[in-house]
Amino acid sequence: MAKATREAFGATLVDLAREGVDVVAVEADLSKSTTTATFADAFPERFFNVGIAEQNMIDVAAGLAVSGKVAFTGSFAVFATGRAYDQVRNTVCYSGLDVKLAPTHSGITVGPDGGSHQMIEDIALMRVLPGMRVLVPADYAAARAALRAAAMTPGPFYIRLGRTSFADVYGDDFEFEVGRAYVLREGTDVTLAACGIEVAEALKAAETLAAEGISAEVIDVASVKPLDVDTLVTSVAKTGRIVTCEEHSVLGGMGSAVSEVLSEVCPVPTRRIGVADVFGTSGEPAELVEHFGLSAEHIAAAARELTS
Amino acid sequence: MTTAVFDEARVKQAAARMRHDIVEMIAEAGSGHPGGSLSAADIVATLYFGGVLRHDPSDPAWAGRDRFVLSKGHAAPVLYAALAEAGYFGRDHLSTLRKLGSMLQGHPDSKKTPGVEVSTGSLGQGLSIAAGIAAGLRTTPDDDRCVFALLGDGELQEGQVWEAAMFAAHHGLENLVAIVDDNGLQIDGACSEVMCLGEIASKFTAFGWRAFEVDGHDPAQLYEGLMAARTHEGGPAVVVAHTVKGKGVSFMEGDAGWHGKAPSAEQTEQARGEIAASWEGGA
Repeated sequence: MAKATREAFGATLVDLAREGVDVVAVEADLSKSTTTATFADAFPERFFNVGIAEQNMIDVAAGLAVSGKVAFTGSFAVFATGRAYDQVRNTVCYSGLDVKLAPTHSGITVGPDGGSHQMIEDIALMRVLPGMRVLVPADYAAARAALRAAAMTPGPFYIRLGRTSFADVYGDDFEFEVGRAYVLREGTDVTLAACGIEVAEALKAAETLAAEGISAEVIDVASVKPLDVDTLVTSVAKTGRIVTCEEHSVLGGMGSAVSEVLSEVCPVPTRRIGVADVFGTSGEPAELVEHFGLSAEHIAAAARELTS
Repeated sequence: MTTAVFDEARVKQAAARMRHDIVEMIAEAGSGHPGGSLSAADIVATLYFGGVLRHDPSDPAWAGRDRFVLSKGHAAPVLYAALAEAGYFGRDHLSTLRKLGSMLQGHPDSKKTPGVEVSTGSLGQGLSIAAGIAAGLRTTPDDDRCVFALLGDGELQEGQVWEAAMFAAHHGLENLVAIVDDNGLQIDGACSEVMCLGEIASKFTAFGWRAFEVDGHDPAQLYEGLMAARTHEGGPAVVVAHTVKGKGVSFMEGDAGWHGKAPSAEQTEQARGEIAASWEGGA
């Protein structure tokens, strides 16, 4: 099992603080799960635990940002975005503050805790906010790079971290560029645009398809907002079809963002892999990826359907 | 930077001018929140013109300044009136309140208005923000920059206020001062009838705060209370300022109906006269 993206959180904050970046972290009683405890141990004076109070977490971070800090917040994706939405909207984004939301436990790979804790609407909620940038790193190395990029770029960020990862995509030297999509495999018949854990699934699907004579181009759309429209358009102009793949509701997420743009600029036949309009459910992460139709096999099937 | 000298006559004069501006700008805009702006006028005047708040209108970003967060953001006119009176921007802007293209938005917008530290308007958030600022400013023990947050009494119904109260006490934020504009009224009527707040000062005390109660229309009492709260050591302090909603305009006083509507031309004329009379009487 690969290192989870959440494990990048505390470790990257420690690195940034040691390098002299004025980072602070605000947590809501989940420091062990989110790994902000690693940062708390190294820099206790820069760590603020608000207890079980996510709305206060976001606004205390906003205040810290007003005072000049680069403020990261923890908690789980479902609480940091859903419970504290008004705080994120009206204070963080409306004021354009240096608050970086990096909640963990996004998506269905939360596993056994079930649907109440499996946040599959967060990309949708965050990307509609003016000024908010949304990053969905594919693995541990990408998460470290994305957290670093967010810290170094002024303004609000949402960095989507997960509890579980299945495979690594990048090497340790990966550098993240906000607003850039990464073409990980070139192909001519179909574009597979993925983010988060689905990048590894899309790469596997591309292998399967290659064996069948279908050439798939795989793009990591880690920067859901801003979206790298040029890379996407260049790809679909070549392949003529696209499958979007995300561990998120099919409504409002990365697939929607890509579809919105392509429908205006370069409309092509499209399939969206994601959780249908339903809540999650208890189960082991790998079982749930299969159950909700997010696995490489489902991606390959969608690509076959488009290319047949 | 504003010199820290309390001059009651100066505060009263500023408060009267601010009340005049509040009524004028809301009348001109055709909408807005006069009741809670007028109830807070003496509080804000004492902060800005009574030597409580250290600030520099010629340098809104001055690092050594205190911070003021208007948590009850719908009272934006009282803040705009104070900022114009202090010279953060020209008085000519006041007549643009709530109009397209104006830097004076319906609720405070820190991206548009000099002197506004952070955008507010969604109630219940300002104390958390102020606590975060206080925690961020307290980098050295001898740093005495202070953060003031003005809340409405009805706003205390928001649960997040008490999350912030817990946080501030837990972290011993002695550079944080909350002020409650306790005018007893909210949109739907008396707070005691809509959702009773009980004893406000003792609620804060129970959360570990030091509480001071003052007449929110007596600048001398406000000054004493605010300075006592600012110099209180060991943790946060609150000043519960007992006020009258709509204070200074007879037909608005104590009437929840004036929470959020603009006066007519005749009403504006009457209000102007009453405020002018109080101004001359007090000068």
